[in-house]
Amino acid sequence: MCKPRKPLPVPDLDTQEYWEGCKRHELLLQRCKQCGRYRFPPSPMCHRCMSMSYEWTKVSGRGKLYSWIVVEYPTHDAFRGDAPYAVAMVEPVEEPGVRLPGGLVDYQGVELRIDMPVEVVFDDVSEGITLPRWRPVGCRGEE
Amino acid sequence: MESLRDKCAIVGIGFTRFSSNSGVSVMNLALEACKKAIEDAGLTNRDVDAVLTYNMSDSVPATEVATGLGLSELNYHLDQWAGGNASSGIVITAAMAVATGMCKYAVCFRAMNGRSGFRMGGGGRGITEARGEDQFLAPYGWTSWAHSFAMFFRRHMHKYGTKAEQLGHIAVACRKHACLNERAMQRKPLTLEEYMQEPMRVDPFRKYDICLETDGACAVVVTTAERARDLRHRPVYIMGAGYGGGPLPNSYGLCTSAWLNWPDHTESYAKYIAPQLWGMAGVSPEDIDVAEVYDCFTGEVLIQLEDLGFCKKGEGGAFVEGGRIELGGELPVNTHGGHLSEAYIHGLNHVVEAVSQLRGDAGPRQVKDAELALTTGFGYTVGSAMILRR
Ligand SMILES: [Zn+2]
Repeated sequence: MCKPRKPLPVPDLDTQEYWEGCKRHELLLQRCKQCGRYRFPPSPMCHRCMSMSYEWTKVSGRGKLYSWIVVEYPTHDAFRGDAPYAVAMVEPVEEPGVRLPGGLVDYQGVELRIDMPVEVVFDDVSEGITLPRWRPVGCRGEE
Repeated sequence: MESLRDKCAIVGIGFTRFSSNSGVSVMNLALEACKKAIEDAGLTNRDVDAVLTYNMSDSVPATEVATGLGLSELNYHLDQWAGGNASSGIVITAAMAVATGMCKYAVCFRAMNGRSGFRMGGGGRGITEARGEDQFLAPYGWTSWAHSFAMFFRRHMHKYGTKAEQLGHIAVACRKHACLNERAMQRKPLTLEEYMQEPMRVDPFRKYDICLETDGACAVVVTTAERARDLRHRPVYIMGAGYGGGPLPNSYGLCTSAWLNWPDHTESYAKYIAPQLWGMAGVSPEDIDVAEVYDCFTGEVLIQLEDLGFCKKGEGGAFVEGGRIELGGELPVNTHGGHLSEAYIHGLNHVVEAVSQLRGDAGPRQVKDAELALTTGFGYTVGSAMILRR
């Protein structure tokens, strides 16, 4: 039996720009051309003003920790070796209220707190796919 | 336009054995539950003329069940793609259909081999290609409903200081009730200490915060109040109803990603449907004798009790302490044991239990003189609830 493989995103017509950005190590969010607000997950329409015109805009990759979980019993076999592992929801500084899901990295030994600052890091997991992940910032001294 | 209040009644209930391996097809479960509900009402397949169901691509279609039951005619049917949010909603829809004369007797069912077949809790189990909303979640190991609800419930703990022990009181109450229910899957007594001793499954949720997985089916028959009077049991009237939710934020898919941008995860759909629910029924939370509250996870019970006005926002943790939600307490909750200890039939088992209670047929777990019951179906941004009366 072959080893279970972790799931990889399959970009589609609405999401391919997002994943292309990740490949270049840029975090892109859709920004509405009419009301100027950012949104995520990707959508053809702004849910605030119903405008269908938008541009993919690079954001800073800084945000606040909205919430997190620590998974002790994975339900996907490919993650068994990783447990315990943490997954987060992050609010980007550009648009509080938007929440970005992503794995947490470099958090061992850090006391996780809601609203603590985090920053994006890019993980090239395969030839075609780069995953954005989140790392706590400013909670360890300069080493 | 007249209100739906008291126009319709639930007149029959049916359910299969609840197990982790039924050994029969989902169609078999669906037909058995529907047959029992129809016979419980004192009706036959020549009377029933509508079939409604909800599923998440894990069940059998309404028309096939209508065929299997051998109905003489089909005047309405519905296959709704929905989870537990539709558990009271499907009954409300059936009520609207009979109240408007679309059909006469409607059977609603939910059937699934939820443990031996498609496992709801393991939505991401084994997938290697993450499509749709999964593309933003599964690559990080965010692969289950428990992950989503644990993630969201941490906000309640943060904002209001809600404690694990308080969630434990919900799990303990459900188990206590299940011990009085011969059809419950989990009947071994559970103490608060045992609840706390369990390691985290997905921090902040422990083992007993998470519902069961079940093979089984439930069904109910709905008709007009007028027709209900001539049937076998005392009718259980639908007095108040609500099915909807609050501001729908941007999403990609119908499930977890639809909930990411929910304005405040300490709140739910219930806050938004509460005015219509109580307004239609013309009663208030203190009038409710028994509450069958959707409990996919412990935390969701607490959020709904707050949102529906049984206590102030943020005080749900204290509300569920001290036996208040146990039989004999101020507001018995999930007298059958709920999803946590009876079975996970996506909320339709909660409707069945409410009807048993209002008929006075709940045996050792009967709430004395129960006149008004609440049922709910949770789906964070959208959900449903009913006030039922005898
Ligand atoms: Zn806009």
